Amino acid sequence: MDSTFIIEKSVVILVVFGITMLMAMYSTWAERKVAAYLQDRVGPNRAGWGGLFQPLADGLKLFAKEEFSPNTPNQFLFKVGPGIAMATALMTSAVIPWGDRFHLFGRDILLQATDINVGILYIIGIVSIGVYGIMIGGWASNNKFSLIGAVRASSQMVSYEVAMGLSIVALLMMTGTLSLKEITVQQSGMNWNVFYQPISFLIFLICAFAETNRTPFDLAECETELIGGYHTEYSSMRMGFYLFAEYANMFVSSTVLAVLFFGGYNYPGMSWVVENWGVNFANVLGIGALFIKLCGFIFFFMWVRWTIPRFRYDQLMHLGWRILIPLSIINIMITGVVLLRGEIFAYLGL
Amino acid sequence: MSIQEISLSGRKKVVSNKEMTFVERMYLIAIFKGLGITIKHFFRKKATIHYPEQVREFSPVYRGQHMLKRDEQGRENCTACGLCALSCPAEAITMVAAERKADEKHLYREEKYASIYEINMLRCIFCGLCEEACPKDAIYLTISKELVPASYNREDFIFGKDKLVMPLEMAVKNTQLKNAN
Ligand code: SF4
Ligand code: SF4
Repeated sequence: MDSTFIIEKSVVILVVFGITMLMAMYSTWAERKVAAYLQDRVGPNRAGWGGLFQPLADGLKLFAKEEFSPNTPNQFLFKVGPGIAMATALMTSAVIPWGDRFHLFGRDILLQATDINVGILYIIGIVSIGVYGIMIGGWASNNKFSLIGAVRASSQMVSYEVAMGLSIVALLMMTGTLSLKEITVQQSGMNWNVFYQPISFLIFLICAFAETNRTPFDLAECETELIGGYHTEYSSMRMGFYLFAEYANMFVSSTVLAVLFFGGYNYPGMSWVVENWGVNFANVLGIGALFIKLCGFIFFFMWVRWTIPRFRYDQLMHLGWRILIPLSIINIMITGVVLLRGEIFAYLGL
Repeated sequence: MSIQEISLSGRKKVVSNKEMTFVERMYLIAIFKGLGITIKHFFRKKATIHYPEQVREFSPVYRGQHMLKRDEQGRENCTACGLCALSCPAEAITMVAAERKADEKHLYREEKYASIYEINMLRCIFCGLCEEACPKDAIYLTISKELVPASYNREDFIFGKDKLVMPLEMAVKNTQLKNAN
C-alpha cells in the first residue's frame, strides 16, 4: 500500500463525506420548499436567494441554543445516542460507487471509498445499527414518550428489515454478486434492474421509507401522540444531529435505491461518450446522472410525506409481516423459477 | 328522493362502511391518486402575499389606523368635544382642549380645538365607534389605509397628533380632486 493510494482514498472519502453533509443540509431546505409548494405556499425565502442560506441559519441557531439534559442516570448514553445515529448514517456511503473512474495524473482513481465484495450486506448491517442511536437516545432520556418512541422505532425497523433483506435476495439471485460496483456495471445501458424486478423494487422502496422513519412510517416521532418521540428531551445540536441523521439516511437510501434498481451512474450512451469524449468527461456525466436519479428519489420521499397520513400501528405491522414478507418470498420463488427455467424444462423433458 | 340524498352542492358523497376489497386494502391505487392531487398543487399559483414588499389590498371599509381629518382649507376638523372618548368602549382616547387664538384661524376650523389628542393603539379594538360618534366628521379609520405598525415598546403605541392628523399634502390633494370634479 503506497502513500499515493492513501492520499487518493482520503480525498475520495473526504469528498463523499462533504457531499453527504451538504446534501443532508440542503435536504432540510428542499423539504421545507417542497412542503410549502405542495401546500400552495412559497416556503423559506428570506435568507439568501430563495432561502438558500436557511440551512446555515438553522445550524447556527441550533448551535447557539442551550444544551439541556434531563435528570437521568444515563448521562453517557444520552450524549452518545445522537453520535451513533449520525455516524451510522454517514458510514453507509462508504461502499456506494459514485462513478466508474477518473483518469488523472497517470492513474485510475476509483470513485468509491471502498469496493468490498459484500457491499449490500454491509449497508444492511450498518442500517440495522442505526436503530441503536434511536433506542439508546430514547432509553437514556428517562421519559416515557421518548421510550415509547424508541420502542416503536426499533420494532418497526426490525420488522421491515426482514422484508427489505428478502426483497434484495431476489435481486441478488439475478445479479449473482453482492458488490455494488458489479451490480452497477451489470446495469450498463438501459438494463436497469427495476425493469426485471419491479416487485422487489416496490418492497425495497416501502421498506426504505420505514427504515428512514419517514412518513407514512414516522410513528417513532409522531407529534400528535408522543410530542417528539425519541428526541423529545433533546435540545441544541444534539437534536440537530438526530434530525440531520434522518436526512443523511434519506440521502443514502435514495442513493442505494438508485444504485440497486436504477442503474447507478449509468446513462444511455455512456460507452459512446467514453470512446469519443474521454473517460473523465463520461464519468462527470455519470456522477450527474446518479445525482439526478437520487434527487428524484429524495423528492419522492418528500412528496409522499406531504401526501399520505401516518399509518396506525397495527396497520404498520400488518403491512410489514402479512403483506410485504409473503410478497417478497413469492417474488423470490418466481425469480428462481424464471432463472432455472432451462433446467426445469429439461427435467420435465420438454 | 329522500332528504338525505339531496345534494345542493353536488359534492355530497354517501359514506359506507363496507369491507374493503383486496385491491383497496393494498392502498397503492389510493396512494397514487393522492400523489396526483398533491403534485397538481405543486404547480399551482401560490396564495402567499410577500408581506413587507407586497401588501394585501384593503377593502374600502377596512378599519385601520385612525386619521384626524382636515377640511378643504387644510384646517383640522376636530373641536375636542370628547364624544369620541365617551363613546369609546376601550377607553383608548384622551384629549386636552384649548381655545383657538385669533391668528390660528387657518389651522383649526372651530373655536375650540384639541391641543393634545392621543389614542392608545394597544387599547383600541378598532370598532369604529369613535368615527360614528364624531359630530364634526373629524376622525376616520378608513382613510389612512394603514395598519398600526408593530413595535417593541408599549409607549410607542400611544399615538399623538403627530401621527394621527392628516398630512397637509393629502388635504391639498383632496381639495384639488374635489375642484377638478
Ligand atoms: S375604534 Fe373603537 S376602540 Fe378604537 S378608539 Fe375608536 S371607539 Fe375607541
Ligand atoms: S374627533 Fe370628533 S368626536 Fe372626537 S373630539 Fe374631535 S370632534 Fe369630537
